Amino acid sequence: MNITKVLRKFSGRAALRGVIAIIVFIAIWEFGSRSLDLIGWRMPFVGLIPPPSSVLASWTGLFMEPSYWQSWYMSFLRVFTGFIVAMIIGIPLGLYMAINRTFYGIAFPSFEILRPIPPLAWVPASIIFWPTQEMSIAFVTFLGAFYTIVINVLGGAKSINRQYLQAAQSMGASQRDIFRRIVLPATLPSIVVGSAVGMGITWEVVVAAEMISGGGAGGGASGGLGFFIWSSYVGGSYEQIIVGMISIGIAGYISSELLRKLGGRFTPWLKTR
Amino acid sequence: MSTLPKDDSMPIKGAIRIEDVVKVYDPDGAAVMAVDHCSIDIPAGEICMIVGPSGCGKTTLLNTIAGFHGLTSGHIYLDDEVLCGPGKEKAEPGSDRIVVFQNGALFPWKTNLDNIAFGPMMEGKLSKDEIYEKARKMMVDAGLEGTEDSFPGEVSSGLRRRVEIVRALMNEPKVLLFDEPYRALDSLTKSVMHEALLDIYYKNKVTIFFITHDLEEAIFLGHRLIIMSSRPCKPKKIVEVDIPHPRDYSVLTSPRFREIMNEAKGVVNEEARKAFEAGEKEG
Repeated sequence: MNITKVLRKFSGRAALRGVIAIIVFIAIWEFGSRSLDLIGWRMPFVGLIPPPSSVLASWTGLFMEPSYWQSWYMSFLRVFTGFIVAMIIGIPLGLYMAINRTFYGIAFPSFEILRPIPPLAWVPASIIFWPTQEMSIAFVTFLGAFYTIVINVLGGAKSINRQYLQAAQSMGASQRDIFRRIVLPATLPSIVVGSAVGMGITWEVVVAAEMISGGGAGGGASGGLGFFIWSSYVGGSYEQIIVGMISIGIAGYISSELLRKLGGRFTPWLKTR
Repeated sequence: MSTLPKDDSMPIKGAIRIEDVVKVYDPDGAAVMAVDHCSIDIPAGEICMIVGPSGCGKTTLLNTIAGFHGLTSGHIYLDDEVLCGPGKEKAEPGSDRIVVFQNGALFPWKTNLDNIAFGPMMEGKLSKDEIYEKARKMMVDAGLEGTEDSFPGEVSSGLRRRVEIVRALMNEPKVLLFDEPYRALDSLTKSVMHEALLDIYYKNKVTIFFITHDLEEAIFLGHRLIIMSSRPCKPKKIVEVDIPHPRDYSVLTSPRFREIMNEAKGVVNEEARKAFEAGEKEG
């Protein structure tokens, strides 16, 4: 992207609208939080939460705290471990189910029974059968992305335009070539979509898993952002709860953006649509 | 064939003989006859237009020649060799018979150039450099210069069709099988594509098996029209187009073109009406 494009992106009307909306939102929030002091009446909901100014103050204070960044690091580590393992297992599984009828017949029914079980319902079981707290969190995170990735890859590979396969066959492509040069690239867009959705679920799951399991063996700093919110709640620091929530929002956005960039690189032909 | 060009560059290969072919589909035990004792003889190098109402089974016939479907009985020969017949229900798909599909089957994830090079790369007879050199040259010849590194989704549908025909030709097929390739194009693009196709045909003599339900297209391009009956599909009338090749768009206004049009139209309309009424009954 060149500079003029960037400038256009940020100087456009849409961008301006976005900025104004955020400013208005923060202003209402600030006013609402201080409504008791300002107008002698507490606004519902907003009146109970700390104002953005004190959230910001609390946040800047945390910038120097290594434990805050350690929480970021731990959550990211868990999300990406779970996510990458889900890709490594999920993509081949989905592809193989799509191309092999026998395997599909064997694996799909069990898969479909397990799929509706929410990853969080696995928390107690995984705490029991994984040796460490860390592994059980990683496992639950993995499940969050796994089902979505498999179902997307399977759907994508099964819905390949049959004429691509016929054309390739006519032109002398072997079974191996057809898999490598037709099935795989034709499924890539579904892999990218599945991964993006899976990534979102992974963040939802990791935060909840950290809260429930008390944030891993070390507790405290090794707890991740989910545990950061939970301990802020227990400790009565409402500002920090908000800081934790916004941090997760930012972390999730960074992950999605990263994935979008990466996905775009793998599927250059979709950019032009 | 009186209208076939008789120069020395005529191919000696690519004759298709369809002999008493029957194709019965059996979805859920309800036998549906798609092709009924159909015999068509297509000499090498002919542009043979298969005209018939939608859903009459023309595509089924094309698919059996290409080797995508099996047949129920009968034989199909390519240059006197059995493609399929009793004991060999389904023909082996091969680069001697390449299909240009109705909706296009260019691989969207490959650039136009890579699409065109795909066939020979799979065959592996030439080196990569030789293949790409040939592919670039063929693209220039077909007026596709400058679109080499674009993806199919980035060029117009007319150009996409041309890329697909060039991709087919790269395999040096004996027969090109067209399944209503210009159906989705607007009439202006269509006429450009027709001339482009003839131009390509005059340079690379291949047999062309071309399915359409556009009579004007059929008469403009073809040496012969095989007008098919509505389902089950079977030749109803054969119309010779004795307008000499090479042709250009001026033939469209010639009296002979009108005569042939009138001759064919009656039969086609009758079959179309039958197909429509059959559809009404089923619906």
